[in-house]
Amino acid sequence: MKPFTYERAGSPAEAVSAAARIQSAKFIAGGTNLLDLMKLQIEAPTHVIDVNGLGFDAIEPTPEGGLRIGALVRNTDLAADRRVRRDYGVLARALLAGASGQLRNKATTAGNLLQRTRCPYFYDTNQPCNKRLPGSGCAAIGGVSRQLAVIGASDACIATHPSDMAVAMRLLDARIETIDANGQARTLAIADFHRLPGSTPQVETALERGELITAVTLPKPIGGTHLYHKVRDRASYAFALVSVAAVVQRDGSGRLAVGGIAPRPWRVEAAEGAMPRGAKAVAAGLLAGAKPTHDNGFKLTLVERTIGAVMAEARS
Amino acid sequence: MKTISDLELSRRGLLAAGAAGVAIAAVPPAEAQPLAAQPSPAQASVEFAVNGKRRELQLDTRTTLLDALREHLHLTGTKKGCDHGQCGACTVIVNGRRINSCLSLAVMHQDDSITTIEGLGTPEDLHPMQAAFIRHDGFQCGYCTPGQICSAVAALDEIKAGIPSHASKSLTARPRPTNDEMRERMSGNLCRCGAYSNIMEAMADVAGSKA
Repeated sequence: MKPFTYERAGSPAEAVSAAARIQSAKFIAGGTNLLDLMKLQIEAPTHVIDVNGLGFDAIEPTPEGGLRIGALVRNTDLAADRRVRRDYGVLARALLAGASGQLRNKATTAGNLLQRTRCPYFYDTNQPCNKRLPGSGCAAIGGVSRQLAVIGASDACIATHPSDMAVAMRLLDARIETIDANGQARTLAIADFHRLPGSTPQVETALERGELITAVTLPKPIGGTHLYHKVRDRASYAFALVSVAAVVQRDGSGRLAVGGIAPRPWRVEAAEGAMPRGAKAVAAGLLAGAKPTHDNGFKLTLVERTIGAVMAEARS
Repeated sequence: MKTISDLELSRRGLLAAGAAGVAIAAVPPAEAQPLAAQPSPAQASVEFAVNGKRRELQLDTRTTLLDALREHLHLTGTKKGCDHGQCGACTVIVNGRRINSCLSLAVMHQDDSITTIEGLGTPEDLHPMQAAFIRHDGFQCGYCTPGQICSAVAALDEIKAGIPSHASKSLTARPRPTNDEMRERMSGNLCRCGAYSNIMEAMADVAGSKA
């Protein structure tokens, strides 16, 4: 790790003003992804701002009948929350499908959204990577790309977003609340939060420098059967090859979002109208324009089959 | 100021000193100068309880909780495996919850209460989980064992607290310590000797269930 100075922020204002003042500062909450990357010097902040004392750790009902989840709520606590289990089962299931017990005890709601790709070429500092070192090239294209994106990628980057939680959040139309360096608050739809790589894969979210996530809100419950199927190389503690989050209503209509295939949770609202017609029709709409590599074409079939399995389970 | 006890000579320390000596000797004096001019790494102080004992440390901010426990407090029961949160050998219990101590900065644990394998039991007075691991032969080389035991103790507490898992059939029913539940909950602890089935027997014994 590169040396860094450390401060425990006592208030949100203190945290954002420190981040505004110091160019290469980073907020730290759970730290499970950031510290891993700092050890490899992929992240090298000169100042680390500990935000754990800011009190963003409650889950509260909103006036609209939804839930407001504090940025610091741990993945374990979010998955175990009685209201989340009852009304947003797909979110609890997605959280529980991710990482390990130890990591979920530390990882936070905001940190989960901000975690970085697990593309092996991003991690291998001997390889070119446009996300890690803009302009250096992409070793994943033409490399071992079995885990990587089949849609939404670019000629600069084919990394996937690794989160399970974010897939369920995207399905539920979550909104992300932030404050900026001046303490100004704003709210972003999760659909606008994660960026596609284009020619700037190092820019991963819509956050401005020094902007801090304070909460994630969920709209009021939409009912239906909540399911999250994750397909991976081992039964636990592995990233998704393909994951499908779904809420299916009695008449067969519903919502679908897919993880493991794109630089962000992948949802195409227009494709959801085909749900009553079956998995093939939905997958065709969802994957229109897909460009798999020589290694990961199987994901297209896997998406269709996983959607089929989810819809069969919803009917049963 | 470092004291002699902080600089206790270990085999690893001697090797590191030897390697540094060679590196310095190989660098011409003119190039060695900027190295000496580098600012010393930032320090911060932290106070937490480890196994019920109050500890105060002044640390390089980069020190992980794992390194603070092993290298500064000489509690070497907690093991360093991958140092990247993938193997679980460094699992300790902080404020009642298991975490990977390698993926946490020590200075972030102000006022926390940390339990390591040394705090769970002693050779004379074993924790029930330690005794069960011995009874069921839940290890071979033993390297992952302190992490396995801390994780197992906390995992059973998580089941008792009603926290669901990926293996839970229902999200709303109370989870029970079944083999499927325990296997899923222990997936963050790797054992290259493959003692998994006996670890499950030990956990089931403590939980009063069948593996």
